[in-house]
Amino acid sequence: MNHWQLAVDSFWPLVWASVAGTIPLTLLSFAFGLVLAVLVALARLSSLKPVALIGQFYVSVIRGTPLLVQLFIIFYALPFMGVLLDPYPSAVIAFSVNVGGYAGETIRGAILAVPKGQWEAAAAVTLDYWRTLRRVILPQAFRIAIPPLSNTFIGLVKDTSLASIVMVTELLRRSQIIATPTYDFLTMYTEAALIYWLICTVLSFAQKRVEVRLSKYVTV
Amino acid sequence: MALLEIRELHKSFGDNQVLRGIQLDVPAGSVTVIVGPSGCGKTTLLRCVNGLEKPESGRVTIDSTSVDWVSKPSKQEIHELRAKTGFVFQAHHLFPHRTALENVIEGPIYGQGKSREWAVGYGMELLEQVGLADRAGAFPHELSGGQQQRVGIARALALQPKLLLFDEPTSALDPEIVGDVLQVMRNLARQGWTMVVVTHEIHFATQVANQAVFMDQGQIVEQGDPQQVLLNPKQPRTQEFLRRVLDPLADSDAPFVSPTETSAVDAPAPLISSGEGHGVGGHA
Ligand SMILES: Nc1ncnc2c1ncn2[C@@H]1O[C@H](COP(=O)(O)OP(=O)(O)O)[C@@H](O)[C@H]1O
Ligand SMILES: [Mg+2]
Repeated sequence: MNHWQLAVDSFWPLVWASVAGTIPLTLLSFAFGLVLAVLVALARLSSLKPVALIGQFYVSVIRGTPLLVQLFIIFYALPFMGVLLDPYPSAVIAFSVNVGGYAGETIRGAILAVPKGQWEAAAAVTLDYWRTLRRVILPQAFRIAIPPLSNTFIGLVKDTSLASIVMVTELLRRSQIIATPTYDFLTMYTEAALIYWLICTVLSFAQKRVEVRLSKYVTV
Repeated sequence: MALLEIRELHKSFGDNQVLRGIQLDVPAGSVTVIVGPSGCGKTTLLRCVNGLEKPESGRVTIDSTSVDWVSKPSKQEIHELRAKTGFVFQAHHLFPHRTALENVIEGPIYGQGKSREWAVGYGMELLEQVGLADRAGAFPHELSGGQQQRVGIARALALQPKLLLFDEPTSALDPEIVGDVLQVMRNLARQGWTMVVVTHEIHFATQVANQAVFMDQGQIVEQGDPQQVLLNPKQPRTQEFLRRVLDPLADSDAPFVSPTETSAVDAPAPLISSGEGHGVGGHA
């Protein structure tokens, strides 16, 4: 079988691996990661010292260790603690935890970038702390954070390829499986690379559109 | 009894004693203006009245809700005090991601638990009152500076407060739109709102206020009838300050000359208008 024929025959299986593996892995991890990130940011900004320190420790560990090592630890630690999960949910947990650390710092910075007057205006109209956050501060902070967060998102698409190592059948793992009997790894990995590139290019394009649309409400 | 009573209020930032024993009574339905040099503590005083800033000691009473700052008041007590005040900021601080109407109804709905239906109805009434009913759906960045500040006033009124606090509401505005905002404020005064206004608009103050207060270095130096305090001050510090406000270019060694006694009002407008001195334009 020649290279070209292999590439054509494997195209739809790879697209399917992206649609069923890579993309939901990215979306789920990013969604859970963002929730964690908000909590991490609030912890880091808390006036309660112990809470702030826990947040700081979390960020430090996540940023100071390789993602692959985090993935391995969660993959092997969960069964050790008696939690039996398929590779896929383990990977979602690992990537979420990782996004939580990085995006947490982004969101913390964005919250600090919302002008102080917004906190005061919210307090003056008698909103409590949580409503101030939810209705006034976070919507503005997210607008500020969208450019760096979309970089995190695009980075995550590529990082999910690490899940292939723990046997999650996403895009890279699928191309590996297809390549193994043919020994034509070069063709298959090149094709996987092209599909990653395509996904990321589409996302970058979408990112620019969103940024233009949101930038007009940011007043800092 | 006064609607607002401030007793022995002290506030420091570190070593910097910003308020040093402020006493002030504001009767219901009256307007008090506060003037004083930059950094003397006017903003801090207003912020202490509604608990945005926490004084070390002193007591603030608004309409029988009293907060004694010595005895570490609870969040609930501060909330109750704040709910009796509407605050208009120098830099409006509108919520940029919400429309004019949404800005106005935010407090009633999410701070006070009013129904959306009621809040929208009342909010539209207030926007009407500040002349912006047709701009209800506009975002703050689509409004002019004067319109933004009028939305800020409507937002403060929407809380149905007992007391309105204005912190230099026109200082950040272009001179030609200052009048729109002052007119809205004068109408509020006529409707009987109790207001405390930090401003350097001396002309507005003498026309609208019932009481004028001159502050310097965290203390009230002189207070009383606005005509007297602002046009014929007794204290040298007040005289000095007002002379500068009325004529920023004046030689600071020259003695104070009351604008009512001379034609100082007709003096040429200042070529350079400093932030603090821009009340002159409105007066000339
Ligand atoms: N949050 C703050 N932290 C530290 N110092 C402050 C703070 N707010 C105000 N000050 C200081 O308090 C003094 C009075 O400020 P302010 O009340 O804003 O004066 P004014 O409104 O009369 O110009 C100034 O010396 C200012 O630097
Ligand atoms: Mg001030």
